[in-house]
Amino acid sequence: MLRYIGRRVLQLIPVFLGATLLIYFMVFSMPGDPVAALGGERGLPEQVADRIREQYNLDEPFLIQYLLYLKGVVTLDFGVTFSGREVIDVVADALPVTFRLGVMALIFEAVLGILLGLFAGLRRGGVFDATVLVVSLFVIAVPTFVIGFVLQFFVGVQLEWLPVTAGNDPDFESLLMPAIVLGAVSLAYVLRLTRTSVAENRAADYVRTATAKGLSRGRVVRVHVLRNSLIPVVTFLGADLGQLMAGAIVTEGIFNINGVGGTLYRAIIGGESSTVVSLTTVLVVVYILANLLVDLLYAALDPRIRYA
Amino acid sequence: MPENTDGGRSPVAARRHQEHFFAETDETGLGAVDAVDDSGAPSSMWSEAWRKLRRRPIFWISAAIIVVVCVVALFPQLFTSIDPRRDCDLGNSYGPPAPGHPFGFDQQGCDIFSRTIYGARASVTVGVLATAIVIVVGATIGAVAGYFGGWIDSVLSRLTDIFFAIPIVLAAIVIMQVFTDRDAVMVAVVLASFGWTNIARITRGSVMSVKNNDFVTAARSLGMGRGSILVRHVLPNAAAPIIVYATVALGIFIVAEATLSFLSLGLPENIVSWGGDISAGQRAVRTNAEIIFYPAGALALTVLGFIMMGDAVRDALDPKQRER
Repeated sequence: MLRYIGRRVLQLIPVFLGATLLIYFMVFSMPGDPVAALGGERGLPEQVADRIREQYNLDEPFLIQYLLYLKGVVTLDFGVTFSGREVIDVVADALPVTFRLGVMALIFEAVLGILLGLFAGLRRGGVFDATVLVVSLFVIAVPTFVIGFVLQFFVGVQLEWLPVTAGNDPDFESLLMPAIVLGAVSLAYVLRLTRTSVAENRAADYVRTATAKGLSRGRVVRVHVLRNSLIPVVTFLGADLGQLMAGAIVTEGIFNINGVGGTLYRAIIGGESSTVVSLTTVLVVVYILANLLVDLLYAALDPRIRYA
Repeated sequence: MPENTDGGRSPVAARRHQEHFFAETDETGLGAVDAVDDSGAPSSMWSEAWRKLRRRPIFWISAAIIVVVCVVALFPQLFTSIDPRRDCDLGNSYGPPAPGHPFGFDQQGCDIFSRTIYGARASVTVGVLATAIVIVVGATIGAVAGYFGGWIDSVLSRLTDIFFAIPIVLAAIVIMQVFTDRDAVMVAVVLASFGWTNIARITRGSVMSVKNNDFVTAARSLGMGRGSILVRHVLPNAAAPIIVYATVALGIFIVAEATLSFLSLGLPENIVSWGGDISAGQRAVRTNAEIIFYPAGALALTVLGFIMMGDAVRDALDPKQRER
């Protein structure tokens, strides 16, 4: 097991290097001069522009820039934003909020998705199954931001059940609606995945054996059907964490949350390359680690998988 | 077993007093056993899937949606004579439905019905084009990785991992903000350049499971080259999961385009698109919530059509359900 973890971590290194190089390449070698754009219509004096370029290593060749940036990442020095704040402070402010939002969305979609999918899969073809399936299709087909607006308008503005926006340092209540919106599409996917998987496993030989040896229905469903059905679901949830982080850009925009997504969006629009790169790197690292965790979770769920 | 031949223990002997009924040999027609009716067309995986598919109402519903949306995207002028950009009258801003204008008017006083009709083209173009690119790139990379294995597989798989690690909407946002004059083709290319990883992974797995079949060994023993085996024998048999995913991916790309347009990083305002109209309608959601409904509804219906089609095709191609 330890050797397996070691090998997987080593495999992550080229992925991390490649992904950060790709992000760095996208942000910095695109046409347009971020420094010149800083001055607005009047333009910056030549010396000021040169100093800024030197500060951000923009006068170096691309590969050197990237290596200097990597050195910064390793020593946790992400540089400063164009407005003079340490990037790491910006990240430290934004990350906990997004993390809370992401975890709430993940719990929401996992618990509700697996439960609904389980009941639908056990009674495949029934009324409950059909209803849940149609609703889930609609949730997938309607873009997240539309769901966001509609919920915000009806639940927040008209019914006043939940706060309309979150603002700074949001509590559980004000994050509840954004988390539901953020997790809605993934909830539909989790539900459908669980349903298919449960319906398939319900007819498996080992389930018949378990029933035949006199286990109660509850135990058969919990231990034999559900546990085996969760393997594809867990894979999806791991990969989905990345989508949640990206989806947070939209959701945090709608509900005015100062998280990674909102900060990232403002940085992209403002052309703050170094902030964009740093925030994106953080998201990619979270994503890579989540997928590593999923790989390790397999062993707990599927006894056939043994890591040598 | 010689000891069973004597005594009363052999099964035949035990039933000595039972009556036996024999069918006449010429009645059973033993000769017919070896004769297989091969006059009909051979039942391939595809023809069998098609037979199952055409019995499902969900297939016909989704096919109808897809055909209608495609016709609307190709020939919008067949459905409305109103120009979605020019025939606007600010006096009609947020006007209610009127004769000839069943959906009413948006903020600029443009006819919402004609904008919804004309918006189909942008979404369908982005969806179809991005999916086509993704199939070509992803299936090629996945097939080569899965079929040739070894170091080629390692390199291509790591490459896939790298692109997989960057969420598609995030990458698209970073790239799109650089370009100022955007169009549907560019949006499709950007979405596809980060959206091919799933197809590559699916194809790789599918090819790896197919390539060890006997018919591949047979083709090789007949002297067929590796490249033509991959194209002629492996890929057609590995195509089912790729087709299923591609149908779903088309819907996902359409939603992604709308999301980019919503962030004003997608199509510019002079191209009529559902994403752009939703984004514009969102500004008035508290006063005129109904105008967001039409572009969002059209978008949802289109995506729904493709996802339901993917569902139906998957059920039809699923080997676990095929014997029923």
